Amino acid sequence: MHLILFFVFAGFCLAGAINLLLQSHPINSALSLIVVMTSLAVLYLLLGAEFLAAAQVIVYAGAIMVLFTFVVMLLNAGREERTLGSRSARAVGFPAVVAILGVIATVIVKAQGLGAAGLRDGITSTEDLSRVLFTELLLPFEVTSVLILIAILGAVALASHGPGERPAGK
Amino acid sequence: MNSLLTQEVPLSWYLLLSALLFALGVVGFLIKRNLITVFMSIELMLNAVNLSFVTFAHQWHAVKGQIFVFFVMMVAAAEAAVGLAIIIAVFRARATLAVDRIDLMKL
Repeated sequence: MHLILFFVFAGFCLAGAINLLLQSHPINSALSLIVVMTSLAVLYLLLGAEFLAAAQVIVYAGAIMVLFTFVVMLLNAGREERTLGSRSARAVGFPAVVAILGVIATVIVKAQGLGAAGLRDGITSTEDLSRVLFTELLLPFEVTSVLILIAILGAVALASHGPGERPAGK
Repeated sequence: MNSLLTQEVPLSWYLLLSALLFALGVVGFLIKRNLITVFMSIELMLNAVNLSFVTFAHQWHAVKGQIFVFFVMMVAAAEAAVGLAIIIAVFRARATLAVDRIDLMKL
């Protein structure tokens, strides 16, 4: 069962990622990315991370991708033009990608001592997770909330009108 | 059939899937010509790395790997908010989203 679920959702992941590259309209790419993220949530659940599966759906497939589709529609982004970019970037970039993937795959395949994941393995409960998060890692958690606050202020400051183009009446 | 139902999946397959997704994200970063789609490729790379973290957390039965993924998600949310605000500002100044025509830092 675990094997079947892994193959189905890993296939969804890869198909969504490849579709993201092939689509020329940004909204289609955004929808493919939602497929990738939701399938990844199922894979997290298969690996026993129940809280992260929920957070993946809510934060990534929900909030972040809604933001993306919102911006695509707000800016009325059309079909992208297919230019080829610089030739040196293509000549160096793609062999480098293949080389990196080859090195990583070789290391993973040759690695000893990696276990296996089955349905019998217990899941990490949210209680265990939050106990570590709110005792040992409380300071990083609070710092993250400050980071989110700064990001909100920065986003508002960046996206609001500049001083020269303030609309009339303000 | 019973063996198919109880068969386990080697963790290296999860890591290979993660490496493939990361490589697809890099390829998207290289070939896409729309600013928003380039940004989506970065999100794809972040997700691929998160899958590695969860896999290793399962391997070592460690909770902290999952908590790290939680922090990555928080940082990615902040990054998406600020990045999309920058994209809106760039679009307002240049009226284009094509990365070939956005080649100056100065607005």
